[in-house]
Amino acid sequence: MSGDQVLLRAQHITRRWGGLVAVNDVSIELTRGDVHAVIGTNGAGKSTLINILSGEIPPSSGTVELLGQDATTWSQPKRARAGLGRSYQRNTIYPSFTVLENCRLAAQATWQHPWRWWESANRCARSNEAARQAALSAGLSDFLEHTAGLLSHGQKRQLEIAMCLATAPQVLLLDEPLAGMGAEETERMLELLAQLRRDHAVLLVEHDMDAVFRIADRITVMVNGTVIASDHPQAIRDNAEVQSAYLGGH
Amino acid sequence: MNSRGLFVVFAFAALLAYPLVGGQFGVDLVNKIMIYAIFALSLELLVGGTGLVCFGQAAFFGIGAYATVLLSPTSEAGSLCILLLASALMAGLYALVVGSLSLRTKGVYFIMVTLAFAQMAYYVVHDTPLGGGTDGIYLNVKPAMGELIDLENPLVMYQFTLAMLVLSFAFLAVLLQSRFGRALAGIRVNEQRMRATGFATYPYKLAAFTVSGTLAGLAGFLFAVKDGFVNPEMMSWHLSGAVLIMIILGGLGHLRGALIGAFAFALLQELFKSEAIFGSLAKHWHLGLGLTIIASVALLPRGLVGVPGQIRERLMGRSSRRAETSEVGHER
Repeated sequence: MSGDQVLLRAQHITRRWGGLVAVNDVSIELTRGDVHAVIGTNGAGKSTLINILSGEIPPSSGTVELLGQDATTWSQPKRARAGLGRSYQRNTIYPSFTVLENCRLAAQATWQHPWRWWESANRCARSNEAARQAALSAGLSDFLEHTAGLLSHGQKRQLEIAMCLATAPQVLLLDEPLAGMGAEETERMLELLAQLRRDHAVLLVEHDMDAVFRIADRITVMVNGTVIASDHPQAIRDNAEVQSAYLGGH
Repeated sequence: MNSRGLFVVFAFAALLAYPLVGGQFGVDLVNKIMIYAIFALSLELLVGGTGLVCFGQAAFFGIGAYATVLLSPTSEAGSLCILLLASALMAGLYALVVGSLSLRTKGVYFIMVTLAFAQMAYYVVHDTPLGGGTDGIYLNVKPAMGELIDLENPLVMYQFTLAMLVLSFAFLAVLLQSRFGRALAGIRVNEQRMRATGFATYPYKLAAFTVSGTLAGLAGFLFAVKDGFVNPEMMSWHLSGAVLIMIILGGLGHLRGALIGAFAFALLQELFKSEAIFGSLAKHWHLGLGLTIIASVALLPRGLVGVPGQIRERLMGRSSRRAETSEVGHER
C-alpha cells in the first residue's frame, strides 16, 4: 500500500451529540483497490462515521482529506461531485422510476446543466451512457426498464450501488449493502464488491461477518464510538479484545 | 401520443370551441377558471413537482394583480407585453426573496413561513394607501397590444387567457421532463439521496419556487385584467388554501390534475352557490363544498386524474376475485 494510493484520509474524527460521544478520535484511510470494512455492534458509531465522511454531518473535530484535498468543510454534494459515492442502510432508490431512470438521475449529477430546461433528460446521451454502464456494472442491465419499486430486495440493493457508480466515484462508502439479503443475493453482491475494489477505494460497514472476512482487506472494529482494533482480517480474528467485545466465537 | 396527451389536446380544443356554445356568463366563468388553472399549475410545480407545500401562493397571485393595476397608466391602455412581463417578474422577485428565506426550513415550518410571508403582503395592501385598503383599486383601462389584442373584448380576453394557459402547461410539461425537472422529482422523493448523489438541492428548490411565483403572478395579471379590479382578498390565505385544494382534488403529481382540479373546484363552488338548486341553503355553500372535498379526498386518494385507474383496478380486482371463486367452485 503506497501513500499516493490513499483516496480518503480521515484523521482524529470526533462527533459529539451533547454529552454523548458518538465517534471518538477515529482515524481511517481508504486506499484504491482495497475493501476496508468497519464492524461493530449497533450504536458503535459506524453509520455516524460514514455520515461524517460523506459530509452529511460535520465532525466536532478532526479532518477529512479527499483525493489529496482538505474536504473537511466541503458540503455533501461537493464531496459527491469530487468522487465520493455512498449507499444507505435502507433503500433510497426512487421506487416509481425505472432502473434506467434511477441511474440516469444519479449520472446527471456530474452533468447537471439545469438551465437547459428545454432539453429532455431522457435524451441526454452522456447521462444515458453512464446510467447504462452503471447498471451493467451492478448486474442490472437486463432490468433497465423495470420499475425500481418492483425489484427484489437484492436487486434494489444492487440498484443502490448502481446509482453510486453512475456518478463515477473513486471512493465508495457502503452502509450495510448485504442487509436483508438471502444467500444467493449475498453471493452476487460479494462478486460485485470484488469487481468494484479494482477501481475504487471501498469502505464497507456490514454485520455479516462471514462476508466481511471473505472480502475485506482491512477491518476496523468500533465499540462505543472508539476504534479498538484496525488490522488485516487474520489479525482481527486473533485479537483477544475484539473476540471479547464483538466477535464471540467467530 | 398517449391517452394523457390526447386528453390534454382534447381539453384545450374544447376550451377553444367553448365560446361558440357558451353564453356570456359561461365564457366569463370559464375564463376565470382558466386563470385559476394557471394559478393551480404554478402551485403544482412546487407541491407535486418538488414536494414543497407552499401555503402562501396567493401572495404571488396578488402581487401580479396589484402590479398590473399600479403600473397601468390611468387614462390610456398600457402595453400588454410590458405589463404582463413586469407583473409576472415582480411576483417572481417576491418569490425569490420569500423562497431564499423560507427554503431554509422544512416541513410544517416551511408551510408556516410561506403563510407568514403571504400574510405580510396581504396586510401591506390591506392597511396602506398603496393597495387602496379593503376597497382595492380599479384598473381604468385594460392593457392592449396595438389593435392586435384588445382585452376589453371578452372573447379576446378569453382567447388570450387560453393561450397563456396552453403556454404555461406546455412550458411546465417541457420543464418537468428536463434534467432540471427530473432533479426536482428526485428532491420530492428523497432530498437526502439527491444531496448524497451530488445535487446541491437548495438552488434547485429556489429556482422552482421563483418560477412558480412568476407563473402565479401571470395568473394574477390575467385576473386583474379580466375583472378590472383588485382587492386584498386576492392575497388572503383562503385563496392559498383554495388553490392547494384544487391540486389535491385534481391529483398531485400531474399537470392535468391541476387543470381538472381547478375546473372541479370552481364548478362545485358554482353548484353549491346555486339558489335554483339549493334554495336558501345556497348561502351555506361552504359546507356543501367542504363536505364534497372531504369525501373526494377520502374516496379518491389519487385525485380525479386517478379515477380511471381506480375503476380499472376495481374491475380487475372483481374479475380476479370471480376467477378465484370459479376455481374454488371447480375444486368442489
